[in-house]
Amino acid sequence: MNEDAARYAAEQAARTAHGRLVARLASRSRDIAGAEDALAEAFAAALRHWPLRGVPASPEAWLLTAARNAQRNAGRHRRVQNAAIRDLELRQAELSAPASDWPDDRLKLLFVCAHPAIDAAIRTPLMLQVVLGLDAARIANALLLAPAAMGQRLVRAKAKIRDAGLRFALPEREEMPARLAEVLEAIYAAYGTGWDGAGTLAQQPGGLAEEAIALGRLLVAELPDQPEAKGLLALMLHCEARRGARRDAEGRFVPLVRQDTRLWARASMAEAEQLLMDGARAGRFGRFLCEAAIQSVHAQRATTGRTDHAALRLLYDLLAEQAPSLGVLTARAAALLEAGDPRAAEAALAALPAARVVSYQPFWVTRAALLRHQGRLAEADEARRRAVGLTEDPAIRDFLQED
Amino acid sequence: MQFMMLLTETATEFAHRDDPEKAPAYWAGWTAFIGAMAQAGVIVRGDGLQPPYSATTLRIRDGKPLVQDGPFADSKEQLGGYFIIEVPDLDTALAWAARAPSASYAAVEIRPLLPPMPSLGG
Repeated sequence: MNEDAARYAAEQAARTAHGRLVARLASRSRDIAGAEDALAEAFAAALRHWPLRGVPASPEAWLLTAARNAQRNAGRHRRVQNAAIRDLELRQAELSAPASDWPDDRLKLLFVCAHPAIDAAIRTPLMLQVVLGLDAARIANALLLAPAAMGQRLVRAKAKIRDAGLRFALPEREEMPARLAEVLEAIYAAYGTGWDGAGTLAQQPGGLAEEAIALGRLLVAELPDQPEAKGLLALMLHCEARRGARRDAEGRFVPLVRQDTRLWARASMAEAEQLLMDGARAGRFGRFLCEAAIQSVHAQRATTGRTDHAALRLLYDLLAEQAPSLGVLTARAAALLEAGDPRAAEAALAALPAARVVSYQPFWVTRAALLRHQGRLAEADEARRRAVGLTEDPAIRDFLQED
Repeated sequence: MQFMMLLTETATEFAHRDDPEKAPAYWAGWTAFIGAMAQAGVIVRGDGLQPPYSATTLRIRDGKPLVQDGPFADSKEQLGGYFIIEVPDLDTALAWAARAPSASYAAVEIRPLLPPMPSLGG
């Protein structure tokens, strides 16, 4: 076996099994940083062993054994470990069955990362690093944070998990909805905000949309009785379906209402619809199911050729009750305008806290649209200019300038 | 796992301790809380503290002791008592902390105790 093939196999195993291995290694010790170090040593050992002896039947089981050896070594204050025993264990691990029947501790890891005792701002980066194995620089890039500060805060959060005694287990039944909401929130933050106007960071190369969807799938698989997990995955899949329609051939931004529905990915849409139906069956219509339902209404334009604005208005009212965030309330105002009720839209915008909308781009986009509708063109232009000044994405900036 | 539960009080609540009208309700709240912890067998030890006016703080600077009347931190909430509790994890410790009367008007800090020092040469 050549070195490249061994390296490829090791990298493959490290990527797909990272979260599972860290979760297994850390679930007793609570020492995530220690588990990651041990895994890095195991990975280095794989690069030494596999080219000579071939890739084992279960790379994951082999890596786990090697990482446990490394952990034990660290625990013995690096006293020299009996090399013969270590070698014997690795040889046994080469014969291990594939790891498909292992318990999956990744969910516990997710809930620990989103624990209320962890600084809320670091929960999403922590999850991405610990469960998906992304490095701090990549996460910092995608979330627009300073890499150095990010690295330090991740280290601190891991130290807190190790030393502060956070429970490494799924929350109890009565706590589940609140704790799950934290996890969903963090995954949604990783996916990125907006898909039809605001920030589109997650859509850009190096964004985290794919990773967020992978986490969403994990949650749905592991918590089949939680409708909100289905709601979040459905929401992300609906948005993901439109990825190819969001830019035209020249790379210019295309807003949702003008997108060519033939470019929407039907498979993702169908999966999202199925999840939404399954989730809605539980009878509890939470925030993410609500958001997914809104995207589902937009998706129906692909078959009906029109957008049901009355349905959207109803869903936004419901969403605003569930999650009255600045983003939701602004989107509701935009929906009211689209539904042909500018007076309600105006009232909805006027009700938003002035101090917070000052730097909130979607507010100014919506306000510009409203003023234009009312024929107050000079004011509309002023609002549009403010929106341009608050836009991060150059394609959207161009779009707002041409509009 | 052992945690220290540091309970702070506000000046108002410290005053309630000696106020004939307020004291019964004040102490009844604490007695119920401590009783529940005792029933569950989580208390390793614990004490209430005399109010902050009784505190004295010492620092040695340039070899000279500086003794100061009052607690080391000048803040609205002051340490009023502590417990060492034995529970499986932070989540359980937080569940107990939430039941402390002072949690709703002051604050409860939870910190794990340092594990025993490793024996040298072991």
